[in-house]
Amino acid sequence: MSEMFSNTSMLEMYIFETTQLIGQLENMMLEVEKKNSYDEGCVNEIFRLMHTIKGSSSMMLFNSIAHLAHSIEDLFYFIREQKPLTIDNSTLCDLVLEGIDFIKVELEKIKNGSEPDADADYLINRIKEFLLFIKGGTPNLKEIIRPEKNKKQQYYIAPDVKQETEEVNYFFANIKFQKGCEMENIRAYTVINNLKDISEELINFPEDIIEDEKAEYIRENGFDIYIKSKSSKEDILDLINKTIFLENLTFKEIEEKEAKEIFRKPEKIILEKEIKIPKLESTDEKAEEKQSTPNHVAQNVISVSVTKLDQLMDLVGEMVIAEAMVTQNPDLKDLELENFHKSARQLRKITNELQDIVMSIRMVPLSTTFLKMHRIVRDISKKQGKEVELQLIGEETEVDKNIIEHIGDPLMHLIRNAVDHGIEDGDIRETKGKNKAGKIILEAKNAGSDVLIIIKDDGKGLNRDKLIEKGLEKNLINKPIEELTDKEVYNLIFHPGFSTKENVTEFSGRGVGMDVVVKNLEAIGGSIHVDSIEDKGTTITLKIPLTLAIIDGMNVRVGEARYTIPLMNVRESFRPVKEQLISDPDGNEMIMLRGNCYPIYRLHEFYDVKTNIKNPMEGILVMVDQTEKSSCILVDELLGQQPVVVKALPNFIKNTKNIKGIGGCTLLGDGSISLILDVNGIEYGE
Amino acid sequence: MGKELLEDMEEFEEDTQKDKYLTFKVDEESYGIGIGIVTEIIGIQPITQVPELPEYIRGIINLRGKIIPVMDVRMRFKRPIREYSDRTCVIVIEVRDMSVGLIVDSVSDVLNIPEEEVVPPPEIQRNSNKYVNAIGKVGKSIVLLLDCNRLLKDEDYLMMKELENKEE
Repeated sequence: MSEMFSNTSMLEMYIFETTQLIGQLENMMLEVEKKNSYDEGCVNEIFRLMHTIKGSSSMMLFNSIAHLAHSIEDLFYFIREQKPLTIDNSTLCDLVLEGIDFIKVELEKIKNGSEPDADADYLINRIKEFLLFIKGGTPNLKEIIRPEKNKKQQYYIAPDVKQETEEVNYFFANIKFQKGCEMENIRAYTVINNLKDISEELINFPEDIIEDEKAEYIRENGFDIYIKSKSSKEDILDLINKTIFLENLTFKEIEEKEAKEIFRKPEKIILEKEIKIPKLESTDEKAEEKQSTPNHVAQNVISVSVTKLDQLMDLVGEMVIAEAMVTQNPDLKDLELENFHKSARQLRKITNELQDIVMSIRMVPLSTTFLKMHRIVRDISKKQGKEVELQLIGEETEVDKNIIEHIGDPLMHLIRNAVDHGIEDGDIRETKGKNKAGKIILEAKNAGSDVLIIIKDDGKGLNRDKLIEKGLEKNLINKPIEELTDKEVYNLIFHPGFSTKENVTEFSGRGVGMDVVVKNLEAIGGSIHVDSIEDKGTTITLKIPLTLAIIDGMNVRVGEARYTIPLMNVRESFRPVKEQLISDPDGNEMIMLRGNCYPIYRLHEFYDVKTNIKNPMEGILVMVDQTEKSSCILVDELLGQQPVVVKALPNFIKNTKNIKGIGGCTLLGDGSISLILDVNGIEYGE
Repeated sequence: MGKELLEDMEEFEEDTQKDKYLTFKVDEESYGIGIGIVTEIIGIQPITQVPELPEYIRGIINLRGKIIPVMDVRMRFKRPIREYSDRTCVIVIEVRDMSVGLIVDSVSDVLNIPEEEVVPPPEIQRNSNKYVNAIGKVGKSIVLLLDCNRLLKDEDYLMMKELENKEE
C-alpha cells in the first residue's frame, strides 16, 4: 500500500507516460513532415501532448524538461491560434524533434537514477526565436542574437532565499524596440516576465501591456519599468540586455525615497502576482480540453507491471498442475465416475484457455519498435541526402515483451545499414533505371512458433567479389573460392570487424554491429539469414521465437534427477552401438557417427548424480547443437517432449554459485522441478 | 491517505513483531529467528537437487509455483545427518529479497523475549558461534538467536574463492 504513494512509483509512472507521449509526438512530427502540412487536429494534438509533458514534468520538478515543453507548447499555441500560412516546416520539425531528443536523453538519465541536469536554454531560445520569427514574419533570422546561457533558472527555484541578506535596490528602465519588429506588447511582456523572477516588485507603464492597442504606444515611446529588487544592477541590466530586438535602453538606479513614492500607489503594484496572461489562453485551454475529449478514443488499455503478470503466470501454471493432481488422483483410480470426468474435462478446457490468455497478455505488437524506425530512416537519409521510403507491413504482429526488448537494437542496426550501405545516391539510382527514392520494406509475420522479421531494400545488394576480397584480407576464408556458396559469402558480413564500406560514417561502417546483431539474436534463440541480388537489393530475414517464457523442451532423466533440454538445441537422440564408441588415452569418450566424431558428456558424471546406468549402450545419447560444434549427452532415458515454462533459478543460488550448464528450471506436470540445460555451458573446463 | 498515518502503521507493525522469535530445534538445542523475516512454515517437500552447490544447500523446492532453495540447518551447523520425518519442517524466510527455506528438526513456538533478557554470546569459542547473534533467556531454558544474514552467506565458499585468487 505504501508503495503506491512513494515517489519511486510516481517516477515510474512519469517515465512511462512521458516516454509514451514522446513516442506519439515523434511519430506525429514525422507524419507532419512527410505531408508537409498541419491539419488542425494534428496541431491540437501536439499542443495537448506538450501541455501534458510540461505539467507532469514540472510536477516532478524536472524544470529543464518542463521549460522546453512549455516553449514548444507556446509555439504550437501560436500556430493553432494564428494559423500562419507560411511556416518553415523543416526547421519547425527539426526544432521539435531536437526537443524530443533532449527530453529522451533526460528521461534516460532519470531512469538511471541520475539528475536530469542538461541545460535546455539554448534550445528554448532557438524555439523562442523561431516563434518570434514566425510571429513577426521578419526575414532576417540570422541577425537575432543568440543569448548566452543565462542563469535565470536558478532564481526560479528559490528566488527569495538566495538573496535575502542583500539590500534592496530600486531601478528604472525605459526600453524601446527596433522599428518593424512587430508585436511590441508581447515582447515587453516577455521582458517583464523575465524580470519578475529576480525582483520583489515591478511596475510597468503602460499597464496591461498585453492588450494589442498598447503595442502602438510602446512602439512610439518605449515602455517604462520600475523595479524593486535585491539583485545587483549588473544582473538586471544583463537580463534586460538579452531582450531580442532591443533598440534603446535607458537604465538608472533611483533613490529609495523617490522609489517608495512610486511603489506606494497600490493600484499599480504587482505583488509577486502573475502578470495578466492573455485571456485568450486560459479560456481557450479549457475549450481545447473539451474539444479534445471526443477526439480521444476512450482508453481501453491499462498498463500492468510485468512482475504482476509473472505472478499471474506462476499461479496459472500452478493451477494447471493442481488440476492434473486432482483429476489424475490415485484415489480415483478404478472408480466409475462419469460425471466427475465430465466436469474434469470442462475444468481442463477452462484452465487451458486461461493459460493461453495469460500468455497472450505478455504479447505486445511490434508496432512501437517498428515505428521508431521511421525516425532513424528520416535522420540518416536527411543527413546523407538520400530519398528513402520506409514501408511497414504486419507491424501488428505480436511477440513476447522480453523479446521486443532484445530486437530493438539489432533492428535499428539493420535499418541503418540498409539506408547507409544498401540504398544508393539518387542520381546513381536513376542511371540504374530505378526510382529515385529508395525503398525499404520492414515486414513481420508469424510462422509457426516463430516470428519472421524481414528487412528488404532495393539498393545495390551485396557484391560477392568484394566480400570475398575482404574475407581473404581478414583471413576468414578457408576454402577454395570457387566452392564458396553465395550463402557462405553473405554470412561473412556477420564476422566481427568485417566492413566493406570504405568510409566510416556516423551511422555505420565501423564493422562492429553485424556480429552484435547476431549475438543479440542468438541470446533469444533467434537466427538471421541474408539473401541478396546485386543491384536489386538485399533481404535480411530474422527468425525469432514468439516467446521466451515458454520453450519446447525434451525432458530426460538421470538417476532421480530430471533435466529439460531445449528442443531447438536437440538434433537427434539414439542408443549407440559398441562399434561407434571410441575413447582416447586420456579417457575422453567420443562417438563416430556418419563419418563425424563427437565428444560424449556423461550427465551423471558432469553433475555427479547417482545412477545405475553407466554404460552408454544402456542409456540414450542426445546430440545437441552448441555454438560451434555438436556434442552428445548421455542420459538414462527420455521422458518425452512438452512445452515448459521457463523460470529463473532463485537468486540465492545464483549468488552462491554460477552453475555451469544450467539455464533455469521449470515445473513438470506432476509438480516436480526439472532443471533446464544450457547446452553451451556443457563442456569440461581445463 | 496521509504519509504520517502510513508511517504510524509501519511502526505499529514493527512494534508487534519486536522481541518475538520463532524457535525451532536442531538436536537438543533451541534456536530462534526474528519473526519479522519468517514468511511461512511448511512441511518437508520433495527436493530437487541442484549440482555444484555446497552440500548444506539441499536443492530447490516448488512452493506453489515459486521456486525456492532450501538449506539444511543441521548440515550448516556440521551436525550428523538425520533422516527427515513428519516433524521436519521448512521455515521459509525472506532476507535481502531472497526467499530461502531452512530445514529444521521441528518448529517449537513463537516466544516473546524482551530486550533485557537478551545477552551477547560469550566470546570463548573459536569462530564456532559465528551464526549466533545473541542468547535469549526464557525462564530456565536458553534460546540461541541466529543471524540469518550470516547463515545465508557462504563463508567457506568465499574463503575458497579468496584462496583461489591468491594462488593466481
